[in-house]
Amino acid sequence: MQKKLWVVLALLLVMPAFLFTVSCQKKVQAQAPAAPAPAAKPAAPAPAPAPAAKLDVPSFMTERIFFDFDKSALKLESQALLKKKADWLKANPSAKLLIEGNTDERGTAEYNLALGERRAESAKKFLVDLGIDAKRISTISYGEERPLDPRHTPEAWAKNRNDGFVVN
Amino acid sequence: MKFRHLLTCLIACGLLGLSALPCAAQSESYQYIDIRNPFLRKIPLAIPLFKNQAGGPREGDSARKAVDIMASSLDFTGYFKILDRAAFLFDPQKSGVAATDINFQNWTVVGAELLITGLFEQAGDTVSMELRLFDTVRGRQALGKRYSGNTSEIRKMVLRFCSEVIYYLTGNKGIFNSKIAFVSTGSGKKEIYICDFDGYNPTRLTYNESISLFPSWSSDGQHLAYTSYKGGKPDIYIRNLADKKETVISQVGLNITPAWAPERFELAATMSFSGDQEIYLLTGSGKMIKKLTNVKGSDVSPTWSPDGRKIAFVSNRTGGPQIYILDLDSGAERRLTFEGKYNTQPSWSPRGDKIAYSSQVGGLHQICVIDVEGRSPLQLTRENGDSESPSWSPDGSLIVFNSTREGQSRLYVMTAFGTDQRRLMLLNGEQTNPKWSSGVFD
Repeated sequence: MQKKLWVVLALLLVMPAFLFTVSCQKKVQAQAPAAPAPAAKPAAPAPAPAPAAKLDVPSFMTERIFFDFDKSALKLESQALLKKKADWLKANPSAKLLIEGNTDERGTAEYNLALGERRAESAKKFLVDLGIDAKRISTISYGEERPLDPRHTPEAWAKNRNDGFVVN
Repeated sequence: MKFRHLLTCLIACGLLGLSALPCAAQSESYQYIDIRNPFLRKIPLAIPLFKNQAGGPREGDSARKAVDIMASSLDFTGYFKILDRAAFLFDPQKSGVAATDINFQNWTVVGAELLITGLFEQAGDTVSMELRLFDTVRGRQALGKRYSGNTSEIRKMVLRFCSEVIYYLTGNKGIFNSKIAFVSTGSGKKEIYICDFDGYNPTRLTYNESISLFPSWSSDGQHLAYTSYKGGKPDIYIRNLADKKETVISQVGLNITPAWAPERFELAATMSFSGDQEIYLLTGSGKMIKKLTNVKGSDVSPTWSPDGRKIAFVSNRTGGPQIYILDLDSGAERRLTFEGKYNTQPSWSPRGDKIAYSSQVGGLHQICVIDVEGRSPLQLTRENGDSESPSWSPDGSLIVFNSTREGQSRLYVMTAFGTDQRRLMLLNGEQTNPKWSSGVFD
């Protein structure tokens, strides 16, 4: 009997200690992968932060529209895409839209900030003309400061002349 | 040939601009610096080692440092050809430094037209320097000054004498008390930095951890305005450099490209809260005074005429970006640039006669200057890569700009005539948006 009691007591003492070690290990493990993650991240195109679960945002809502050099006029395909966005916004009246105007690096920074805003505003105006409440749409220009493609090639420039869309 | 022709026009304009300079000393020293183009013929200047008065090797190092700062600072102006010390028939330790002790023929024979001698004394941490400028051709002293201070102030004392030299020769106080603000990505983000006129002592000013752009100095050098996204969108921040306090201009939309009015606590800047990008006049604490432009389209990048009565700016009112001038008294606007399809970043010369800007030439941006009447546009940079963002030195003799000619964007300096192009400094990251201050720092 006494022997058994000792065993139980010993177990009682040892078990929590064991548990403690395990929990410690977990903590260390949980921390370890967190550190290198940001370093690996920039390689992948950063997806827009997941919106609140209630909104199921289709991919065309965040699809970019593109512009010609030093232009803020909407191309025909951009207008078609904006019409789809407008329909979805009408069907989801709680959703708000942020339009980010971007330019390529070939112009100069000051003028490009202004150009980026005109690009964002021309998409906003188009959506408002289609009946979307202007209060639901905000704009920001990043000019040439946030290129999608950092290379210095005509392909990269074409990609970087765009409006980005964030739904929230 | 075309370049030659344009240069001749500019020389004529430069003559008009400079001849108005009020200075008694100038007429006397007229022959030294060719005021039509002071960089065309560099004046041969000899700066032998300073005489180390009763000093040991430690003092010798300080004296050496002082003479090197002097040579490189005067060389920086572009006015001089600094002669090689190895050619001098002169032993600074054995020779005197005053006019009566100097055999001027020893200097004219090595080609020197100007000579600077120094007597350097150091006791502990206190340094005193006797510095003299001589006209070797006429065989007489032009300037003589004595400075003393802590060893840590050697650069300051030497630069003060350099200012005297430049004032004597040109009638203008020069650049030695000026600083340059710029944007650098050294920390991984675009932050504002400040360095001396020659790139010395670059120091980080902002820790916004965001995108910060377009620094602009108030003419008293006490405030710096810039654009930053630190509040989530492009807003203007006005920083008091003494107490580091900031005022923010944060209207809906863009708040960008601030430009301080000369000698006033006011600035012009582009804002888009009205739905259109227009230039407004604001107080130095961010209060609205009035709207300056009123044409649909982008109006950005204001730059003030030195008398504060006009601004030049960029507008796309006729399609692509071109430079316009607005007369603030009459409200009259006129287009300045007609050559090229993309002319931006105007910077009005402190002498008032020219505007520097960047122009797209064959797909690349190059620095150009044009006279304020719109005549004689002249391309100053021709290197491969983009050269952008020109800003004049406070005396109008030099232009700082950024260029990708060596790959990464770095800061470069050239004379107002495009000669003597050189890199200002080597720093981590990329440097852009340089802005030269007035010559107010000491």
